[in-house]
Amino acid sequence: MSRLPFALIVGLALTNSLFGGDAAKSSSAGGAIPPADFEFHPPYEPVLIPPDTPKERSGKEPGATTDHAKLEELQRDFQSGSEVTKACLSCHTEAGKQFMKSVHWTWEYKNPATGQVLGKKNLINTFCTNARGNEGACAQCHAGYGWVDDSFDFTDETKIDCLVCHDNTGLYYRTPQSEGHAACAIMFENAPPLDWKRMAQRVGMPQRRNCGQCHFYGGGDDGAKHGDLDSSLFHPGRALDVHMDEKGLNFSCTACHVTKQHIWAGSRYNVVAKDVEGTGKPGLRRDVATCESCHGGAPHPNLSIRGLKLNDHVDRVACQTCHIPELARGGVATMTNWNWRTAGKLKDGFGYFEHDYTQGNGEHRKTYKSIKGNFTWAENIQPHYDWFDGQMLYKTIDTKLDPSQQPIAVNAYQGSPDDPRSRIWPFKRMHTVQPYDRVNNTLVYMYLWGDDEGAYWGGYDFAKSVEVGMKKYNKPYSGELDFIETYSYWPTTHMVAPSEDAVGCDECHSRDGRLEGLDGVYLPGRDSNRWLDRIGLLAVCGAFFGVLGHGLIRKSLGKGGKHA
Amino acid sequence: MTLRRVMVYSRFERFWHWSQMALISALLFTGFGIHGFHRLIGFETAVTLHTGVALALILLWIFAIFWHLTTGTWRHYVPTTKGLWRVAQFYGFGIFKGEKHPYRKAYWRKHNPLQALTYLALKLVLFPAIWVSGIAYLLYFLWNDIAGASDLLSNVALIHTAAAFATLAFIVVHIYLFTTGHSFAEHVKPMLTGFDDVELSPEEEAYLEKDEPGHIR
Repeated sequence: MSRLPFALIVGLALTNSLFGGDAAKSSSAGGAIPPADFEFHPPYEPVLIPPDTPKERSGKEPGATTDHAKLEELQRDFQSGSEVTKACLSCHTEAGKQFMKSVHWTWEYKNPATGQVLGKKNLINTFCTNARGNEGACAQCHAGYGWVDDSFDFTDETKIDCLVCHDNTGLYYRTPQSEGHAACAIMFENAPPLDWKRMAQRVGMPQRRNCGQCHFYGGGDDGAKHGDLDSSLFHPGRALDVHMDEKGLNFSCTACHVTKQHIWAGSRYNVVAKDVEGTGKPGLRRDVATCESCHGGAPHPNLSIRGLKLNDHVDRVACQTCHIPELARGGVATMTNWNWRTAGKLKDGFGYFEHDYTQGNGEHRKTYKSIKGNFTWAENIQPHYDWFDGQMLYKTIDTKLDPSQQPIAVNAYQGSPDDPRSRIWPFKRMHTVQPYDRVNNTLVYMYLWGDDEGAYWGGYDFAKSVEVGMKKYNKPYSGELDFIETYSYWPTTHMVAPSEDAVGCDECHSRDGRLEGLDGVYLPGRDSNRWLDRIGLLAVCGAFFGVLGHGLIRKSLGKGGKHA
Repeated sequence: MTLRRVMVYSRFERFWHWSQMALISALLFTGFGIHGFHRLIGFETAVTLHTGVALALILLWIFAIFWHLTTGTWRHYVPTTKGLWRVAQFYGFGIFKGEKHPYRKAYWRKHNPLQALTYLALKLVLFPAIWVSGIAYLLYFLWNDIAGASDLLSNVALIHTAAAFATLAFIVVHIYLFTTGHSFAEHVKPMLTGFDDVELSPEEEAYLEKDEPGHIR
């Protein structure tokens, strides 16, 4: 199927093509014709997967006993996604109840350690900052139908979107759940109709395409957020990801992110930073996505000094630290910096783009969007390393910030060299300049997506956007808006390189190496006692010059000091 | 008393000495590589070699200790103050005046008192320090979960490195002393052939000629 001629697009989280040229006219631009340089560049493009394509390897063998095309319940012309879901649930009777407990549905996560209520439904992030209040756009990636505001019924299982995860045709796509500002209408133009019947009849275990259409576009664009998840993983080679390698192991996401009753292993809110349980007995472990759950606690061959020494590292160094040498290695860049302060510049009353970055695969990336501000993109970047016990600590909308501590870690990691549960982990670090309330010292909800002038995407008025965003949820807002520098951290775990490309010992065991500045551990090759080195060298040199002097005196006196 | 060429360094002792020399050189080279003083071989190679060579040296030492105890050769290292001062004086002053070395090798005393004391110190202080710290270092995985393990490790590394510096300083002096008295080659030769000039009492001479004819020339 050729590229869809509509900005599908927005991409999963409203990304690329949102507002181009005329389409972004700040007043009222509905139906405006895009100018010639308008880029139709859907971040995720529905492409038919030929029926004979081998299935990716998942936790279990796919669809061996049922051909959904033969099921009586599916021989209908479905008119909506919900109708398909009803048909699914008529056989898979427990699936709905199971799924409704998943974060893919609730977008809510209560952290058992901190008691904080997290999840996309509540969080402030350092990209588009908040899904809350912008569900019409953001819920494009909610696995349900029709979440546009708080009236969404989370108990209605017919609203579950089964197809986004289980469609195996590759033709399914989602759009924002509401239309947003008139300027955004272009995003829905020429959208091809969805062939519900065809998709319902060809369902199966999720493929990378299913998960990736949302997770590869986190942060609003291809690869933007994570750096280890982007569209290059749709068809990865061995060097990019040894497990997902399309011609090799060809893992699907669920090969590692194993499920039990529609609950996935591998939470990012509460990471298993150190798995001491290992592989477990066959079939027993359905609760973790750790490397150790397949590779065990001593993954290197124990038959050599090298292997033994590497296994010695396992207790303090996460597998990812050595086996993911760089982020964004697949030709798709990741965002390292976002400056909201510069958003809102218009040309003749219109929003516009700049694209000053060409990434490895030849695509141009936008470095400025009127709706978002300036971005910096980077590829093949060395991760940020630190001690991590698996716990992410979030600043929420209610957290009081200390502006003197900028950049403020919006999701700080917890960990310490003194804590045996902590290991050295790689992170992608994101730097952002984002709006905050300078009187209350809190982050703010922005109202970005809506059909009125208060919505920043179309209205271009920060003050109004934040006022509406905060008021909607009765959050105190002083009216004094300023910008604050933040960091966010994303523990890295994908894009595992083949062993021959793992980070070499020297890269950490050296001065000015990757772990320069990481405290709390004695690292041979990096650390030494300055005084001992001086005294030691002095002693050796002293011995050398001592005997040299001794020898010279002997020679000058012409006496050898014969023994016998 | 007669001066005879006698086998004083048995085959095992020579093997022990030279393989120890090679292994210690390798350990110093790889060890200072690990420490970051040079990058002539990568860290990984350095660690692998250092560990492998250290294990080989441990094995050699086990044999050497066994050999010293069973053959009674350990007696050569019993410290004595007798003549110690004279040897020290010789190296400090006498050597410059062309005096003769005051020590004569005896059959049961092949080292001069200063030498014996140095070797004893080496065996009782320096080598244990490097071995204990090295083995603790090597077995870090067994104790890395105790409180303050990392600080302890840096102390272990400190001791290990200090001992390495001391060993290197010893080697410098050790090699230099070969140039005193006889020529360098003459000093090295006994460690190759095993035979050196030794003052024998008539009884020792008679014993060797009768019972160990291959050990005396």
